Amino acid sequence: MSPTATKSKNPVSPKDRMKIPRQLMPEQPAEERAHNFEEVNLGYSAELAQQEAKRCLECAKPTCTDNCPVGIDVKKFVELIVAGDFLGAAAKIREANVLPAITGRVCPQEDQCEGKCLLSKKVKPLGIGYLERFVADYEQKMGIHVVPNVAPTGKRVAVVGSGPSGLTVAGDLIQKGHKVRVFEALHEIGGVLVYGIPEFRLPKQIVREQIDYMREMGVEFETDVVVGRTVTIDELLEEEGYDAVFIGTGAGLPQFLNIAGEHLNGVYSANEFLTRINLMKAYKFPVYDEPMLDLKGRDVAVIGGGNTALDAIRSALRLGARKAYVIYRRSDAEMPARAEEVHHARQEGIDFQMLTAPIEFLSDGKGWLTAARCVRMELGEPDASGRRRPVPIQGSEFDLPLSVAVIAIGTSANPIVQSTTPGLVTNRKGYIQASEETQRTTRKGVFAGGDIVTGSATVILAMGAGRRAANSIHEYLTTGAW
Amino acid sequence: MFKIIHAEFLAPGIKRFVIEAPRIARKQKPGQFVILRIYEEGERIPVTIENSDPERSTISIVVQAAGKTTHLLNSLETGDAILDVVGPLGKPSEIRKYGTVVVVGGGVGTAMAYPTAAALKQAGNRVLSIVGARNQELVILEKEMRAVSDAVMITTDDGSYADKGFVTDKLRQLIENGTRIDLVIAVGPIVMMKAVAEMTRKENIHTVVSLNPIMIDGTGMCGGCRVLIDGKSEFACVDGPEFDAHKVDFSVLVQRNTMYRDAEQRSLAEYRHSKSAEAGKCAVTAPQGAQA
Repeated sequence: MSPTATKSKNPVSPKDRMKIPRQLMPEQPAEERAHNFEEVNLGYSAELAQQEAKRCLECAKPTCTDNCPVGIDVKKFVELIVAGDFLGAAAKIREANVLPAITGRVCPQEDQCEGKCLLSKKVKPLGIGYLERFVADYEQKMGIHVVPNVAPTGKRVAVVGSGPSGLTVAGDLIQKGHKVRVFEALHEIGGVLVYGIPEFRLPKQIVREQIDYMREMGVEFETDVVVGRTVTIDELLEEEGYDAVFIGTGAGLPQFLNIAGEHLNGVYSANEFLTRINLMKAYKFPVYDEPMLDLKGRDVAVIGGGNTALDAIRSALRLGARKAYVIYRRSDAEMPARAEEVHHARQEGIDFQMLTAPIEFLSDGKGWLTAARCVRMELGEPDASGRRRPVPIQGSEFDLPLSVAVIAIGTSANPIVQSTTPGLVTNRKGYIQASEETQRTTRKGVFAGGDIVTGSATVILAMGAGRRAANSIHEYLTTGAW
Repeated sequence: MFKIIHAEFLAPGIKRFVIEAPRIARKQKPGQFVILRIYEEGERIPVTIENSDPERSTISIVVQAAGKTTHLLNSLETGDAILDVVGPLGKPSEIRKYGTVVVVGGGVGTAMAYPTAAALKQAGNRVLSIVGARNQELVILEKEMRAVSDAVMITTDDGSYADKGFVTDKLRQLIENGTRIDLVIAVGPIVMMKAVAEMTRKENIHTVVSLNPIMIDGTGMCGGCRVLIDGKSEFACVDGPEFDAHKVDFSVLVQRNTMYRDAEQRSLAEYRHSKSAEAGKCAVTAPQGAQA
């Protein structure tokens, strides 16, 4: 027996662990879920979770933790699941991650913890994301919230934006005894978690519960505040008495293709399309007042190959679209979306038009979209991103009839905070310049992290930045050193 | 929640609200707007700020009933509250000394033109204001406009008050009389702004219009308010709402504003139906504190 196994609570010998198959995530049947907004994945039972947890090889040097942007002690929390101490497992995760029910659902585990799992050399990796989700949901179901009992430091921190990075900063700093107030531009807390990611991937109830938990811990929230317009960073520091500010305003402005017909009625940005659905509940019109175009029996396409693109087109399908296409200019291999999402989308009947790009949107002459004129592509030499550059194939143009097209090709930096904060240096693309280690900006007492620093990335990378920022804000508040 | 300190009708269907909003009142500048949501199931709509009073922590807005949300809004009274008010949004009007400025306000647009006219006057400009309305009842803020203008010209479509005609008739007269005009600012219905732009384009008079596309967040995030300016996409919420009138593609603006016409009409019809069906009690999903 190996040295690790002697201390192990795992009754299965390391050799036999490989023989346990990865436990499948129970999910709603594709044909059913394509017509509703209920969650696709249903979650492990306690039995499934323990069976899956037993597959962990308990590596002496776990690479899973090294590859987690927030450094969750995976080995330890999985061991607690094997031992049946689910609340202990949740507490272990919370030491590193204040939003486990969310990351357990939306993290790209295949690129992170699970991607480096030793099991994956021979068999399928440990279902770390599924296990994280299981314990977070278990904790929530039990209704046990541990509210930290720390001495107040008397320091106050303003957090700008209530998305993944801001919530992480708030959750971490409140547990260190600082007062934290989070400012949100929209009327609901959660940022991209509420306006961007759809219900079937991340139920809003889960987000609300996590936020309520943070309220219980003492985090204050103020909605309807656009920092830069309603109040400036300087006013927060000088007039409102905050000792530090964290900027986590997110990705920002949607990019468009800059092709003819992009202003036609029926052409949306993914941000607008998803905001109407997720935040404004436009699909419940007229119970909710915000309208959106009726998709029933219509043909809809999304342009782009990321998670946002898939969120948009899978939403369209659920709203009754007859045909639902993904138009992506590169091939499967280059698609940035999570493998699980692509798999789910294919199961649901999404039609992937790969190596295809729209060159013009066509209208009925009255301002309404009728089709996308597309061209087929082939892959040439690698470009700056390291991916092979798509090149149009001469004479391959064709028209794809469409009532609605959703552009999901990325975002550019929102300039509101940067343009109203003197001394805050930005990079060439307008994103805020911040240290990769400390998330410090060029302004004393001002930190930044998440998409507003890196450009569009993932929930967990934003949370990782939030974690680093919280640590360095704490250091700054306790030492005063900059 | 944002409390309504005072509500009064300025004209049939046009109501002014003074709202407690300390943060916005401190920061508001002419030309900026707020986005509001009346109740939980409500939509977000942009409304230009008419004025603000930092001392009293209030802003005022002027709302003309057009769709369901504005009808609902206009049913609110002093003491009621609005669930969400966020702002001030958009770039402020560019206020400096131009010389002679013609401020054109059409209909409820007069309420949006008023703070800009006042600021331009204070910056030392000669301010000539043209106010247009469908009829006498709908002429608003005449007294206020007179107080901040060197001259005010009024037109009504039906001639029931002042001169019969359109604001562009007055603008043409000014131009034909050889009045030196350094800047025209026009706020009102799209057809009016377009007509002003076409008239001043020929005369090479710099002209600014305030655009009112469909919006959701107001911070640049959704891109729904994109307008075509000089052939390029710009976002009215962060790049505007004021733009060089001679670069605006008004036909795209008109077309995009019709995107939800069916839904808007249905909403309004259902709202009216529920209002007429009710007997003293509000049958619509009640806004917080709404009066029946």
